[in-house]
Amino acid sequence: MLGFALRRVTVGLATLVAVTLLMFLSVSALPGDQCSASLGRTATEGALARCRQEISGQGNIAVRYVRWTASAMTGDLGTSHVRKEPVAAALAPRLFNTFVLASVAAGIAFPLAIVLGVLAALRRDQAVDIGLPTLTLIGMTVPEFVSATMLVLVFSIWLGWLPGISMIPPDAPISRILPVIATPALALAFISMAHTMRMVRSCTIDVLESCYVHMARLRGVPERLVVWRHVLPNAMLPAIGIIALQFATLLAGVVVIKVVFNYPGLGRLTMDAISNRDLPLVLGIAATLAAIYVAVTLVADLLMFALNPRLRTVRS
Amino acid sequence: MNRTSTALSDVRRVAKAVLVQPSGALGLVILVFHVLMMVVAPIVVPYDYAAQSASDMFLPPSSAHWLGTDNLGRDVLTRVMLGGQAAAVTTVLATTVAVAWGAVAGITAGYRGGLFDELFMRLIDSFQAVPWLLFVMLIAVTLGNAPIVLILVLGFCYGLQSARVARAATLDIVARDYIWAAKARGEPMLTILWQEIMPNIRNVLLVDGAMQWSWMLLWFSSLSFLGLGVSPPHPDWGLMISDARLYLTVIPWAALAPMIALSTFIIGINLTADAFGKALGIDRSAGEAGA
Repeated sequence: MLGFALRRVTVGLATLVAVTLLMFLSVSALPGDQCSASLGRTATEGALARCRQEISGQGNIAVRYVRWTASAMTGDLGTSHVRKEPVAAALAPRLFNTFVLASVAAGIAFPLAIVLGVLAALRRDQAVDIGLPTLTLIGMTVPEFVSATMLVLVFSIWLGWLPGISMIPPDAPISRILPVIATPALALAFISMAHTMRMVRSCTIDVLESCYVHMARLRGVPERLVVWRHVLPNAMLPAIGIIALQFATLLAGVVVIKVVFNYPGLGRLTMDAISNRDLPLVLGIAATLAAIYVAVTLVADLLMFALNPRLRTVRS
Repeated sequence: MNRTSTALSDVRRVAKAVLVQPSGALGLVILVFHVLMMVVAPIVVPYDYAAQSASDMFLPPSSAHWLGTDNLGRDVLTRVMLGGQAAAVTTVLATTVAVAWGAVAGITAGYRGGLFDELFMRLIDSFQAVPWLLFVMLIAVTLGNAPIVLILVLGFCYGLQSARVARAATLDIVARDYIWAAKARGEPMLTILWQEIMPNIRNVLLVDGAMQWSWMLLWFSSLSFLGLGVSPPHPDWGLMISDARLYLTVIPWAALAPMIALSTFIIGINLTADAFGKALGIDRSAGEAGA
């Protein structure tokens, strides 16, 4: 277990290095450097030259990357030159808001997805298994901003059941965020549920067709026991990995939906940072998103390893 | 002569296998409808797509404007009919770029194996953690949203997935007897890749490409929605939805029409690709579970 964990952590760290390096290189290589971006259009030649000299005085790109990484490890992601505040300080409240939203969405989506996915697998080719994939198809293929807008149109405007687009400032306390969270959370949950349900269904079908399930049935084990004792525990193992990936997507992806609802999370911050060309902030967000992805998949892998007795005997 | 006739009968057989699946037939009908619409739209649209009119703002659907008008008094039907071309053409080209470089990289990795393959797969795995949308947005903002930029960037990002698919398909072929035979005959590597491996994984790449196209459309329309895809006033579904969203309570039709058009187009491609995969005996779900 320890060996596996160590190897897995190493891979995770290497991934982080690869991703941040890619983002660092592209941010550095793009035209419109930090100086012209931070000083704005009114910058004088002299000020630009001074700024550029300051940056080149910090050494070449390799040195700068190492420095950035070293300070990032201490939690210092640099300073946003548009907001004039540390990147970490700009990120923290947004990250928290995004985490709240993703958790609410996950709380709705995953239990539903597991129940419905297993149900669809057990009642294969019956009405449940025909209706649900249609829903899945819509959830997976229709762009997220379309399903989100549709949700607003039907439930907020026509039926008036849900609050519409949120107009809360980014630093609002959580008590103000929660009431308006329902609509974006439902939109996120719908999409996440579609992906998860599909995978749960196919995992369950795989197990249902396995030899040991046939064997159990042949031994005359009652169907209810077959499902609870043999099918579910084995089908849920791969599901953990899928759910983890989906949770990472809820946190780090689906930027657009957060823009639709004007939710003060990472999505809107990303949009602002990019349109202002706030490169340190862009880099900080990218690193954070990558770290979230790496961390969530790492935890899921370790969990799956710990729960799966068959993997424990594998030594390499 | 003989070769063309077998190719023709192959096409007929596959088409039949697609059409007997209800979802495949439905998908193909939707897809053909959209493509026809895109071709004839520039000739048959009733109005100028950019013509604004202060007196015609926020009009509900009527006989003059079948789908009403938007906040600038522009005809929604005209704009919906024209709103797909830019996205469709850009994404088709980007998909071609993606499948092309992905296939070359994936086949090479799968065929060479060893350390090269190992490093390549590690790289692709770690790239899964890259926030690609942020990356593409960054490029679109700094380099501009010229179609060629978007085609290359989207093509690059999606090529990673194609490479994974191509590699898996190659690994499946590479240990077969006819490859050993070709190697034993002393055929050069390029000949083996092109004449022995390529024909055997062509279908996998095609179906994967079709699927990629639908995901690519999703991304492209998201970029448009964020104002980074097609530049106004040229109509584009993503951009139209983004604009009309602000007037959702007043003119829901201006948002609904492009929403339906975009969704059906993507679903149509998706269903068709899926049906082709089934007709050609390609199990896509196997690759997905591992992805």
